[in-house]
Amino acid sequence: MANDSNLKTTPLYSMHKELGGKLVPFAGWHMPIQFKGVIQEHQCVRQSVGIFDVSHMGEIEIAGPEAKQLIQYLVTNDIETMQNNQALYTLMCLETGGVVDDLLVHRFSDDHYFFCVNASNSDKDFQWILKNAKNFNVSVKNTSQQTAQLAVQGKHSEALIQKLCDTPLGEIGYYHFRKAKIYNFECIIARTGYTGEDGFEIYIDSKDAKLLYKSLIEEGKPFNLQPIGLGARDTLRMEMGYALYGNELNENCNPLEAGLGWVIKLQKNDFLGKTALKKQKDAGLSRRLVGIRLLDRGVPRPHYRVLNEGLLIGEMTSGTFSPSLNAGIGLCYLSKEYTKPGTKLDVEIRKLKVPAEVVKLPFLPSRVKK
Amino acid sequence: MEVPENLLYTQEHEWIRVDGKNATVGITHFAQEQLGDIVFVELPEVGTLIEQENPFGVVESVKTVSDLYAPISGTVTAVNKDLEANPEQVNDTPYGNGWIIEIEFSNDNELEKLMSSEEYIEQCNKEQG
Repeated sequence: MANDSNLKTTPLYSMHKELGGKLVPFAGWHMPIQFKGVIQEHQCVRQSVGIFDVSHMGEIEIAGPEAKQLIQYLVTNDIETMQNNQALYTLMCLETGGVVDDLLVHRFSDDHYFFCVNASNSDKDFQWILKNAKNFNVSVKNTSQQTAQLAVQGKHSEALIQKLCDTPLGEIGYYHFRKAKIYNFECIIARTGYTGEDGFEIYIDSKDAKLLYKSLIEEGKPFNLQPIGLGARDTLRMEMGYALYGNELNENCNPLEAGLGWVIKLQKNDFLGKTALKKQKDAGLSRRLVGIRLLDRGVPRPHYRVLNEGLLIGEMTSGTFSPSLNAGIGLCYLSKEYTKPGTKLDVEIRKLKVPAEVVKLPFLPSRVKK
Repeated sequence: MEVPENLLYTQEHEWIRVDGKNATVGITHFAQEQLGDIVFVELPEVGTLIEQENPFGVVESVKTVSDLYAPISGTVTAVNKDLEANPEQVNDTPYGNGWIIEIEFSNDNELEKLMSSEEYIEQCNKEQG
């Protein structure tokens, strides 16, 4: 257990306490796991709009004449066709094809980008980028400390933020962003998220974050806005079948098996992990990440064993109770013969074998604004 | 925090309501609040023999799994089947519809190990820091 006094706090720490948040250690930070309750918060995002403090996420800026070349070398997706103000989901891989991190690349201009990376990986990522940037004419800055991030997610998110924002948000498409003013603060506002709902992620100077958060909470009242903790962030992402670094992804996983082939562009020039990933693809995949839904009551959790007719065939990487489906759901890597939707399995929960089946992901249809 | 005076309590945050040789068992208001939204309760079978301070079931919230400990040794005479469909009753009325099992017990001496409401409140205050 991390010593509480070594934990970092976001600029909203005191707000969370004021709002009744239950704070827990998470990836080296004091973060709110819940406010009123995970299920209620989950429904709030699915039905109206919620606000998340995700200031623990890391931001890394890369600029310079060779920024594009460096990023093309670092990431698996192809940034060549990115436009200014566009965001792209991608991976950074080791030479072995294992995943260093999954992240978003944002392009300001041809020679200026910023990454949004997982909190637990942000120092590692920064070192990894520096190490690989030696032969490139670029500057790399870890701006995590001075950057706060708020996620506003749910169908009313556009109407809510628009009340405080001068830029017409309707002009920002999915996976695009703008520099804009919200309540007189310079922000970057991106139409991205981790919930499967329409919504925005707002990057703002740490010193302004508290006031912005307060104003959004105030303006959000007519929309039934609530503060949302990391508990609901996890149930929301799992219903979408989104991978989580540390659960589905790590330095030893095969991202093709995780279903992330769509962000691995093997036709692009040399990049870290390309040779290994191409080899894995050519050899054919033996396993694949699937969604599992329990057919009886119970909650699957990470590392619970998955059986087929008594035979151990895998273990859950993520699992939770889905408030939308009122059922236990989770993710698991399974050998190809078991990955067909409808395949019957058992999940071992303590001494019980609970019947379950493979389902097509996502568990719920996504409502992001494509 | 609700801590009825007429009940006895365990260190593991169960309550017990004694009526002759019968006792009703549940988890406390403090416990359900710490756990958060309860989504699953694993109940023992009626007729199961349970032993004081040993696990007899499990309560799960969205985020955590927590064992239930027997406040007293005895035979399970009833289980709250309603919790299968409505586990949230443990959150809503932990001392009422959120009861978990009934036990028939024989050894009165075991009751001495349990806490009064005052003692239990003191423990909760300590745990909250």
